[in-house]
Amino acid sequence: MNAIFGIPTQALFGQLLIGLINGSFYALLSLGLAVIFGLLNIINFAHGALYMMGAFGAYFLLTKFGIGYWWALLISPLAVGLIGVAIERLMLARLYKLDPLYGLLLTFGLALIIQGLFHNEYGSSGMSYPVPQALQGAKDVGFMFLPIYRGWVIAVSLVVCFGVWFLIEKTKLGSYLRAATENPGLVQAFGVNVPRMITLTYGFGVALAALAGVMAAPIYQVNPLMGADLIIVVFAVVVIGGMGSIMGSIVTGFGLGVIEGLTKVFYPQASNTAIFIIMVIVLMFRPAGLFGQR
Amino acid sequence: MAEPALARAEPLLGVSDLHVWYGESHILHGTSFDVHRGEVVTLLGRNGVGKTTTLRAIMGMVGQRKGSIRFDGREAIALPSYRIGRLGIALCPEERGIFATLDVEENLLLPPVVRPGGLSVEQIFELFPNLRERLSSPGTKLSGGEQQMLAIGRILRTGARLLLLDEPTEGLAPVIVQQIGLTIDRLKAAGFTVLLVEQNFRFAAQVADRHYVMENGGRIVDMIPNAELKANMGKLQRYLGV
Repeated sequence: MNAIFGIPTQALFGQLLIGLINGSFYALLSLGLAVIFGLLNIINFAHGALYMMGAFGAYFLLTKFGIGYWWALLISPLAVGLIGVAIERLMLARLYKLDPLYGLLLTFGLALIIQGLFHNEYGSSGMSYPVPQALQGAKDVGFMFLPIYRGWVIAVSLVVCFGVWFLIEKTKLGSYLRAATENPGLVQAFGVNVPRMITLTYGFGVALAALAGVMAAPIYQVNPLMGADLIIVVFAVVVIGGMGSIMGSIVTGFGLGVIEGLTKVFYPQASNTAIFIIMVIVLMFRPAGLFGQR
Repeated sequence: MAEPALARAEPLLGVSDLHVWYGESHILHGTSFDVHRGEVVTLLGRNGVGKTTTLRAIMGMVGQRKGSIRFDGREAIALPSYRIGRLGIALCPEERGIFATLDVEENLLLPPVVRPGGLSVEQIFELFPNLRERLSSPGTKLSGGEQQMLAIGRILRTGARLLLLDEPTEGLAPVIVQQIGLTIDRLKAAGFTVLLVEQNFRFAAQVADRHYVMENGGRIVDMIPNAELKANMGKLQRYLGV
């Protein structure tokens, strides 16, 4: 059997794989957005720019310090997370008493500034980043050749996503986070330092974006606009999944990646719009999103 | 020998000349009252005079406050809310504040232990046996009475010595009101201090040692010891407009 519905299996699985890869990034990014939106009530438009900074972090570490992929996987998210902490402390923290729209405007402006600075310095042509030695090559998995690095990205993304889900839904720390999302004033009155929790949550959310950026560096090229291109789709994912829902962002992230991939096989003309068509349909029938509560 | 007597006379909670603003509106205009160790004290007053605001102001949950709130010899007026909680004051809010995304067990274990001497979970189940069976239900799937028990139960674990209870009997069946009354008696016997906001006057008379009467702008206009309640009934009914 080498065709399904008249489509060569090779092409079908190839696109399915690309869909899962894209879905991995959608899921990681929308997960961070969901965590941030839940607690800060801010739609973090800077998320794409911080994802890009994560990729550039890996690139700098390699070209300037000779530090490779494995350390970059740790250092770059940590550095971007610290930048996130500074952004929250110095800027976002001043906006909580205002309409959430101000947070959106601020982060949107930040995204433009960050992207502009990188664009000014590096232009719009991408820089390549090598796949780490241990993950080079491909493996015959029977029905297709799976490039090892791509399999790695999907696996790491799944582990991180479900790790975060577990952390938030099943641990004590997560119960503070969920409670503070519902009623921050009362959680604070119980003696929990909610402002510090908010700062760390923002740092953690953007560190997830940077982690996605590092993982994306060997697949897509490192390029100042890589986040801007991706973030539009990620916002659609967030809207479809339901603002602030953790499981929603994971499932919709992977699901929509796959759907997008399959559209490329069956009706390539619609592949760029499929997600937005789904968004329109979902919003018509479930305005709060598939997993949304409000 | 005068010194120890003075030390004993220092109230556990001393609120004096407390002013609170929400944005432009000035809600409390100089509220003053004391609660002594081991007492159960109520704030009585009509709707909207500022009883709930007073409790929230003690916890630091309001916009802007001035004046003095002394707890256990420490000035708390300038502390952020989470530091006040850690001093050993805990609030059971009027709307109960049960978290919908947490199950009953998570709700119960949520408030961090701030000092030693709180009740164990087992002791809380002795007070409120219903909670034991519902541990894995979502918090807001409980009945109103069970939610109130959970809201009270969870602040007993933390070691807080002063409990602020905001209308714990509101909207509950008489048998549950009675259970909550018994609970407050047992808490008092266990050494807790309770500041209670109540509309249910008969309930307040059952459990409290003293009653403060609050009028518009949070002004305390009278203090009636529970023992003198009968003699002051006419006056109190005028205050409360019943």
